[in-house]
Amino acid sequence: MSQDSKAMVKEAEAPAGYETVHAKSPVFYDIYERKAELKNQTHYCPGCGHGVAHKLIAEAIEDLGLQNRTIFVSPVGCSVFAYYYFDVGNVQAAHGRAPACATAIKRTCPEKIVISYQGDGDLAAIGTAEIVHAANRGEKIAVFFVNNAIYGMTGGQMAPTTLVGQKSTTSPWGRRPVNEGYPLHMAELLSTLEAPAYVERVALCDNKNIMKARRAIRRALENQRDGVGFSFVEILSPCPTIWGKEPVDARRWVLEKLVPAFPLNVFRDRKLDTSPSTMPPQRTVTDVLEISAKDESAQRVAVQHPHHFREYTIKVAGFGGQGVLLLGQLLTEMGMREGLEVSWLPSYGPEMRSGSAHCHVCLSKERIGSPLISHPDVLIAMNEISLRKFASQVVPGGVILYNRERLPADFALPQARVICIPASEIADKLGSTKVTNIVLMGALLEETECLLPDTAMSVLETKIKKLDLLEIDRQALAAGRNFIDSHVRVGAVSQPDGFAY
Amino acid sequence: MRQLCKGNVAIVKGAILAGCRSFYGYPITPASEITEAAALYIPQVGGTFLQAESEVAAINMVYGAAAAGARVMTASSGPGLSLMQEGISYIAGAELPCVIVDVVRGGPGLGNIAPEQSDYFAMVKGGGHGNYHNLVLAPASVQEMADLTTLAFELADKYRNPAIVLADGFIGQMMEPLELEYRESAPPEKPWAVKGTPETQKNLISSIYLEPDDLEDHQRKLEAKYKRAQQTEPRWELYDTGDADILLVGYGITSRILRSAVEAARSQGQRVGLFRPITLWPFPSEALVKAASTVREVLVVELSNGQMVEDVRLALNGKVPVEFYGRTGGNVPSVEEIHADVLARMSVMFEREMLGRMMPVQ
Ligand SMILES: Cc1ncc(C[n+]2csc(CCOP(=O)(O)OP(=O)(O)O)c2C)c(N)n1
Ligand code: SF4
Repeated sequence: MSQDSKAMVKEAEAPAGYETVHAKSPVFYDIYERKAELKNQTHYCPGCGHGVAHKLIAEAIEDLGLQNRTIFVSPVGCSVFAYYYFDVGNVQAAHGRAPACATAIKRTCPEKIVISYQGDGDLAAIGTAEIVHAANRGEKIAVFFVNNAIYGMTGGQMAPTTLVGQKSTTSPWGRRPVNEGYPLHMAELLSTLEAPAYVERVALCDNKNIMKARRAIRRALENQRDGVGFSFVEILSPCPTIWGKEPVDARRWVLEKLVPAFPLNVFRDRKLDTSPSTMPPQRTVTDVLEISAKDESAQRVAVQHPHHFREYTIKVAGFGGQGVLLLGQLLTEMGMREGLEVSWLPSYGPEMRSGSAHCHVCLSKERIGSPLISHPDVLIAMNEISLRKFASQVVPGGVILYNRERLPADFALPQARVICIPASEIADKLGSTKVTNIVLMGALLEETECLLPDTAMSVLETKIKKLDLLEIDRQALAAGRNFIDSHVRVGAVSQPDGFAY
Repeated sequence: MRQLCKGNVAIVKGAILAGCRSFYGYPITPASEITEAAALYIPQVGGTFLQAESEVAAINMVYGAAAAGARVMTASSGPGLSLMQEGISYIAGAELPCVIVDVVRGGPGLGNIAPEQSDYFAMVKGGGHGNYHNLVLAPASVQEMADLTTLAFELADKYRNPAIVLADGFIGQMMEPLELEYRESAPPEKPWAVKGTPETQKNLISSIYLEPDDLEDHQRKLEAKYKRAQQTEPRWELYDTGDADILLVGYGITSRILRSAVEAARSQGQRVGLFRPITLWPFPSEALVKAASTVREVLVVELSNGQMVEDVRLALNGKVPVEFYGRTGGNVPSVEEIHADVLARMSVMFEREMLGRMMPVQ
């Protein structure tokens, strides 16, 4: 029996009142009140590596003076009850999710020491994604990964770290790579990432190595204290019970079997990263939420518009990229500024991918019920597909604004009045196809008088910061209005070239 | 001052007003704008935004942040919510307050991204394992997306329980005027949280109760809390219910369509009213019983194959005939469609009545 295991046995045997060879760290509770019975001893099996790992962690916390700053995240596994023992803040997390949980704890309390303590099933199987991403983000936490090559808590099923040929209740003939693949090397895997600051694998197999483990654990906590970054210590650890071995033999098995398969090494050891990081601008809540008073004047509308409707509905349709949704939003914003109740409902999803888009605009003097419009008062059809698809929905006596010089030859006239306006060409002449929607807006306002051109300009002024673009928009709006004036009012173009009544 | 705002964005604005400075999420249509708005706004007011590697991670981050005392939220849609269910169960078990938004899309499976109300069972009835309830609020406008999110934070803290904002693709994507008023938010003290301080050193956040008696006690405590919520938190809205022959019942976007259908019916002299549950859990059963006490028929309309209708039937317990009208797949009934259905029901109802009157008395 080695020196070390003698000491272990002594400590385990010493009942209250006997001489203690090793003092218990004050980071452990004196009496384990949270345990239902046997409150003087842990629930771990004799010789279990968890006990040793706990002790090393508790002593490091004590030595570094971190006890009242530490938050310990316990996983699901044999160490699920770590909170029985550690007299620190404790959070118990779902199976495998401790790194996610610890991530948010650390970001909520950046000055605190956050420990994620996990088994191999927890970390390397069900929680693979969480550990990889926490490591990859460089979360400033310490992860202690207890690798005992088996599922302890659930009674000896295969772990991702189970050795080739090792028997378990779910690999009854030994782990076969053809069926179960090879043991997962988490320390190596994580050290392929850029962010981790410290990655080391240690083993609880003899005194010398336990001292190394002690240093590694300390190092991980120092790193966190100093804000260095993500620290990961993989601890090869005996599970005598499931392995079916005496504690001493189990330790030997760690040395003889686990260590060759999982080489001990410092895979990463980086100093504090001092490269500057950019911070987002800081603004007040009222600014960010756009509820500061200074915008108020911009939105006040000088002229009160006596809207001629109780409710007025507009459908805008066309290809994605034609500014269909934007035109709808502008009209909605205008309605709002004129003191109306408004709603804007876009088509979204697969329809958008295929290139067509439409939206429903509802202007109302009263609270709006359905924002979906089955029969709009106006259809703005920016392409032929939209005209064909939606023209029949327009209410009798409604208006259709069609973005072309003339209707398609075979098009059956609907009950609504159709106004053909070559808005794209007008926009092109103004120097930007993009203002096609604004030309149509001008035509809409002139033809229906549903909203005021002044409101349109005030909305455009708040939305468009570039003066030259704003100027084109102003011209586009005017051009759309003029088109209606000169063509409809004067009646220069006759149906079916321009109009269909 | 009114601002034109998208429903999904309004959620984040309501959250910030409520003092939420932590958001952990994962993108999914039609809820992505929530995550995007959170990414844009929350860091600017000094908060934490993190795009998680999955919804599983996101909800466990929410668990961690809530355990540390933060007002925290996440948002997703059906498939993401399915992944979060284990975490929600843990959050309920550990009695952690948080807000979770579900902008419901078509299911099951990948379904589609159009609006549905088919997550009612999953959110209102639990969805995860074990005995627990979520508090569930159902906004029907952009304004309510903000206001009910703020309320959700308050209720979550009041009951130390997950609160869900159950919206749908349409309410999320819509733009309407939003009026916000700045006020200092005062999240309550959370002496139970684990903050890494001497005062909270003895605290434990956990949902394990190994001893059957302990777990039973814990569940009785939860049950008592749920009872309290059932007594004080039901919220609903009535529209033209006073003299109604037919009472329409619907929540979220559907309630908007029903409201228009009521108007259409009333304009033709048909007596139709609307009952809109605002809290889906606790369900406003008593108020519904009252509203339905004088009607001849109740018609529940949902964007589902019939989920909330079960709660309506439970509440009314056979006192009034309860009928159902559902559309799914992203199809949303038009006002005309609902009105026509109501008319058909009315004529059957009156016909039956006439026949009843004409029957010779035995
Ligand atoms: C979602 C989920 N799946 C499965 C389990 C059951 N379970 C509990 S612990 C565990 C494996 C534990 O093994 P490990 O992480 O290696 O820890 P050890 O017990 O060996 O210390 C499993 C599968 C669970 N609690 N939750
Ligand atoms: S089963 Fe193994 S890991 Fe679990 S307590 Fe026992 S020895 Fe330790």
